[in-house]
Amino acid sequence: MRHLIDIRDLAQGEIVSLLDLADGIFAHPEDYREACRYKKLATLFFEPSTRTRLSFEAAMMELGGKVLGFSEAASSSASKGESVSDTVRVVGCYADVIAMRHPKEGAPLAASLRSTVPIINAGDGGHNHPTQTLTDLMTIRREKGSLDNFTIGLCGDLKFGRTVHSLIAALTRCEGVRFVCISPEELRLPGYVRQDVLAKSGAQFAEVRDLAEVMPELDVLYMTRVQRERFFNEEDYLRLKDSYILTPAKLESAKRSLAILHPLPRVNEIDTAIDDDPRACYFRQALYGKFVRMALILKLLEEAGK
Amino acid sequence: MNIDSIKNGLVIDHIRAGGAMDLYRLLHLGDMDCTVAIIKNAPSAKLGRKDIIKIDSPKDIDLGVIGFVDPDATVNVIRDGKLADKRKLDLPERIVNVLKCRNPRCITTVEPGLDQVFFLSDKATHTYRCLYCEARAELNKNK
Ligand SMILES: [Zn+2]
Repeated sequence: MRHLIDIRDLAQGEIVSLLDLADGIFAHPEDYREACRYKKLATLFFEPSTRTRLSFEAAMMELGGKVLGFSEAASSSASKGESVSDTVRVVGCYADVIAMRHPKEGAPLAASLRSTVPIINAGDGGHNHPTQTLTDLMTIRREKGSLDNFTIGLCGDLKFGRTVHSLIAALTRCEGVRFVCISPEELRLPGYVRQDVLAKSGAQFAEVRDLAEVMPELDVLYMTRVQRERFFNEEDYLRLKDSYILTPAKLESAKRSLAILHPLPRVNEIDTAIDDDPRACYFRQALYGKFVRMALILKLLEEAGK
Repeated sequence: MNIDSIKNGLVIDHIRAGGAMDLYRLLHLGDMDCTVAIIKNAPSAKLGRKDIIKIDSPKDIDLGVIGFVDPDATVNVIRDGKLADKRKLDLPERIVNVLKCRNPRCITTVEPGLDQVFFLSDKATHTYRCLYCEARAELNKNK
């Protein structure tokens, strides 16, 4: 049984073929309206994440399939102490594929060991979120035309932001991607990502403190949230937070072709005045997320049917 | 038992001084009904001081964890009172149900019946990570 627990479960060629399929669905959604007819997706959300759940549900609906599930642990058997392994074995009797979100790291992997239907990890705590990474990759490829040979700035909380870590891991498998990591000292990339992933891959990378100074070099800018509670004291937070907020003034020195991404939700790290700039991709990114999930559901169901 | 003469069994030698009790616990030697001898702080030309464990049992013991805990330890296999085999330990690819994951956000802390699995993630630094959450393996001395 094939699952998607970690983006590293997919070979580079498989990622490319998923993105190709997602592009194909995007271009001709009408061809896929019946693709999952009589199939059911269970969304097991042991912790709420409305936008991820809606994206999965919309994806299945547009494939002609049906959706069932729960949106928080309180309304599931987990509140009665059932293990995730038992839960998926039961749900596997009712649904053909499962999207699972869980606050505990590794829960979808534990579930997949016993599941009779494909499991998609829809986020396990701060650990993995592979469909976000697929969404990011699809966005970059559609906006830039390729996943090779560009400079990406990753800005904000690079220490705890796991979407950033898996995006870096995925992009180091592409050709000629240069990384510029922009964060306060306190929120630098963890050593193991810098050493085990970036340095080991031989990719070019730099670490800087200020977004404005590197803006002209960037082809892609991936913004993340800088959370107040990550700082030791209020003073540091107030001193630093403005360096990591994207404003129209900072964007003046940027390339005309820049693509600005954000996994959403945003708080204030991107000024809303930028939303209408053609370089702002984050709402299109949310749209692409649905198409890449459609491609993934199709692929996993196809493999499970073999 | 005469600790110098084992008939059939194992001698784990060159254990870093003070490490014998960790190994005793991790290898579940307390659960075995054979004779087990622990020698602490023996003089060693190589290490200054070392610990030694002698196990008087022909039973097979999963020794994989030794490579993780103490990569310099050696294992002597004794058969019919003679040294039959002497080997350095390789790092096992996986360590199952020996160490506990210490990440409080890990699924292994709540899910019943789940094997505690650690995989070798970096040979050079002897780093093992939890299969589920990827937290680094650490020895829990208190357990
Ligand atoms: Zn763990």
